[in-house]
Amino acid sequence: MKILFQSLQRFGEYVLLLRKIFTTPDRWNEFFRRFKDEAYMLVIDSIAIVVTISLFIGAVITIQTQGNISSPLLPAYTVGLVTRDTLLLEFSSSIMCLLLAGKVGSNIASEIGTMRVTEQIDALDIMGVNSANYLILPKITALVVFIPVLVVFSMCSGLFGGYVVATFTDIIPASRYIYGLQSYFTEYYVWYTIIKSFFFAFVISSVASYYGYKVRGGALEVGKASTDSVVVSSVVILLLDVILTKLLL
Amino acid sequence: MIEVKNIVKSFDGKTILRDISARFETGKTNLIIGKSGSGKTVLMKSIVGLIRPEAGEILYDGKNVLRMDAQEVKALRCEIGMLFQGSALFDSLTVLENVMFPLKMFTRQSSAEREKRARFCLERVNLIGADRQYPSEISGGMQKRVAIARAIALNPKYLFCDEPNSGLDPQTSILIDELVRDITREYNITTIINTHDMSSVLGIGENIIFLDRGEKVWEGNSDGIFASTNEKLNDFVFASNLFKAVKEYIDDRNTKK
Repeated sequence: MKILFQSLQRFGEYVLLLRKIFTTPDRWNEFFRRFKDEAYMLVIDSIAIVVTISLFIGAVITIQTQGNISSPLLPAYTVGLVTRDTLLLEFSSSIMCLLLAGKVGSNIASEIGTMRVTEQIDALDIMGVNSANYLILPKITALVVFIPVLVVFSMCSGLFGGYVVATFTDIIPASRYIYGLQSYFTEYYVWYTIIKSFFFAFVISSVASYYGYKVRGGALEVGKASTDSVVVSSVVILLLDVILTKLLL
Repeated sequence: MIEVKNIVKSFDGKTILRDISARFETGKTNLIIGKSGSGKTVLMKSIVGLIRPEAGEILYDGKNVLRMDAQEVKALRCEIGMLFQGSALFDSLTVLENVMFPLKMFTRQSSAEREKRARFCLERVNLIGADRQYPSEISGGMQKRVAIARAIALNPKYLFCDEPNSGLDPQTSILIDELVRDITREYNITTIINTHDMSSVLGIGENIIFLDRGEKVWEGNSDGIFASTNEKLNDFVFASNLFKAVKEYIDDRNTKK
């Protein structure tokens, strides 16, 4: 009962924080400057890790699919088809956003949490600046705009990872892999992934910001807030994944 | 002038401020003193609006801040400068950018005008040559001076200092105290300082209130401290051996006379 009450209280605080965040910025030029900085710090810096992970996962999916399809009734191009659909439907959006919840979410929670415990947020409030809007809105918009771009990078590099395996090993001819990628292609799957990533980006940025903004105490609490934000946003992403899949597919 | 009347605040059923009333004069350094946990910070945060008290009135030149609407509060905040215990400078901005920040958010000044004003404020706090450095690259005393420069950038009518000497060596503490006192007189602002540093109390305390367990138990100025017969105040003031020795010396001299 106590846990339920606490969860409801937190959800209420989260909604109130969102109301504070989504107001008109005091200075638009300052908002755009911060948006640019956040996009660079949170998203551009994540391109390398997203591409690397996707490349290897794409390669591994290709190898494992080939290993599990031993029936002569299944054509060789099935490997390319399965790799493509696995990456498009689940990996590049959901799993990649779970990874980003760890990397970007913890970064946001610890940055805002540190600003809270060192009274930098109080300093903004005393000056009359809406600290939630000033600090959090650029982060949310940067992530909502650019995480779908990262997801597209992830799709492309994952498919390329499979192609590399097909080219440099003898498990499947590269031409069959390419043919598999093109077979029964449903364009809507790409849009489905991108739509999901908008929601996930919002969850990652807003949940992490909430945990950072509400920190009280010192370094220990900042660390705890960072961990809590990753755990909660991961659970919410998985829950939303089920709901969105049911609604969109 | 700032006046607080019958302020009450509690957290989780524990009363932190009990019916506090006080008057903080313009052009004077007003000090709130007391032991750790006496409610100094809660009182200051209530006055600046970071904490909302359960009862009482907070009057800025006669206007009750607790009854102001959001726009009025925002306008009032532009007239407030605050020096935090840990300076609270923005890590991602340079010293100059920190001082320019309130000007950028609340004035229509050009970039050149903002920079000119920020440099003037930095010169006023005797900080020259550090403008391109980040807060992490300068000493604690310099950080306090940057925070003062940022606090006075918008020509505030009210200046709040939360333990301005914490973590500073005695010489730097005196410099910061004198700077705050000089700025208060020069710009005729209402300054409230929250401290438990007795050197500050004796050095710049023009109007002092002493809190004990959330209650105001004494009010006066630095001259009245040694003459006070208030037991709680004496326990606080003469907790250090240095001040005990000073008290004994004064008493001894008075007896010989």
